[in-house]
Amino acid sequence: MNHSTNDLAIDARMLARRFGAQWVLRGVSLELRSGVAAGLVGANGSGKSTLLRLLCTLLRPTAGTASIFGADIASEPDRVRELVGFFSPVPGVYEDLTAMENIRFAATMLGRPAGSAASALERTGLASVANERVRGFSSGMLRRLSLARLLVHRPRLLLLDEPYNNFDAPGTALLNDVIRETLAFGGSALIVVHDVASAMPVVNEWFSLTGGKMSPSAAIPVGSPSPSIIPALGMSGVLH
Amino acid sequence: MAFRDEWLRARAVAWKDLMAERRSKAGFNSVAALGVTILVLFGFALGPDAEAIRAAAPGALWLAALFAGVLAFNRSYQVELDGGALEPLLMYPGARRSIFAGKLLANFVFVFLLLVIVIAVSLVLFHITVPSTWPRLLLVVLLGEVGLVTLGTFYAAMASRSRAREVLLPLLLFPMLVPVLLAAMQATKALLVGDVMHDAGAWTSLLVAYDVIFLISTFLAFDYVIEA
Repeated sequence: MNHSTNDLAIDARMLARRFGAQWVLRGVSLELRSGVAAGLVGANGSGKSTLLRLLCTLLRPTAGTASIFGADIASEPDRVRELVGFFSPVPGVYEDLTAMENIRFAATMLGRPAGSAASALERTGLASVANERVRGFSSGMLRRLSLARLLVHRPRLLLLDEPYNNFDAPGTALLNDVIRETLAFGGSALIVVHDVASAMPVVNEWFSLTGGKMSPSAAIPVGSPSPSIIPALGMSGVLH
Repeated sequence: MAFRDEWLRARAVAWKDLMAERRSKAGFNSVAALGVTILVLFGFALGPDAEAIRAAAPGALWLAALFAGVLAFNRSYQVELDGGALEPLLMYPGARRSIFAGKLLANFVFVFLLLVIVIAVSLVLFHITVPSTWPRLLLVVLLGEVGLVTLGTFYAAMASRSRAREVLLPLLLFPMLVPVLLAAMQATKALLVGDVMHDAGAWTSLLVAYDVIFLISTFLAFDYVIEA
């Protein structure tokens, strides 16, 4: 199906990336419409995280092109970074700063008002520890702090790399709420996921990467986690 | 408006680095201790000859600042790498030169405080009397610091992507710093003896030229060295 450029949150054509002599991605093409959350599955080392890092401009592609809501990742990286929020498995916070200082720093770097930091911490349940140094936080609290940074940003495209790691049930529900809100505003999400069950309530489309290449997408009905989908996704034993 | 945004981002990066440094404390204390130790070792190496000590003072001062500064430059990116914060930092929209400007500003403050200690110890250790040309001497110290911090911050960014960053930084930095250090040492030496040969001005002009060249080139190249 052909879509206009503005319809497509992601329009990737034959994206490839090599590290030294090793090709990690071997010509991945992907179209993701606005308003859609897609799950991306695949075995370890299949290139999922590399694909996200290419799309968010942290890496440059060796070959191929991609655009995010019409902004080219190679020639308009600044514009792409405004549109994209990358949620990595690593919290990426400063341990000697407090939670509030971390999120205020993010707000300044994103050009958002300082007041947005307090509401983001409130929403992620960290308001009571806002003035405590991050060094003593649990891994779940660090994930919530990362999520607070995403809430301050409010990007149009969420690139989420194993986002459910270390989240408890309320944390998972909160993350899914954030994804739904992004979709409701015409945004999109591409979610690299091993914990398929947690993503099922929000994901509309599935893609699978195998050996650096995109496999045919598996159509999974929304909101119906079932062990029967595991073979369709080319995975084994990861459905919780 | 764009300049104001970049300034706000640079200021935020500098504030964040200095605040983290102030809270960890160990960083500045160990860097300052290293600077003082180097000066003391120079004192031992030069022996009791007061004239020789005074003549070597400018070199000892700048080398102490250089060796201690290398630790500071490495630390300024280590704080990003420790918690995986470099990726979010690079993901913020806007020109990445504001990140470099912020790091540069923080390192300038850090090395300035280090220089205050190193100079104070040098005055005592090397029996230096403060010359009447001290405002010009202060200018030379600041110009020398700009060159040192600009190149140090830039090459620390380049080395931060390597696993051997502690070794790589001095290897990259020291050869590039030779002209800055030479000009700073010669200008300092001339001013400490009252600039009788009137050559401090020439060395200071050279220092200004190097600073301008290095500032412009590092700001232009930062985007490329910080990318993976």
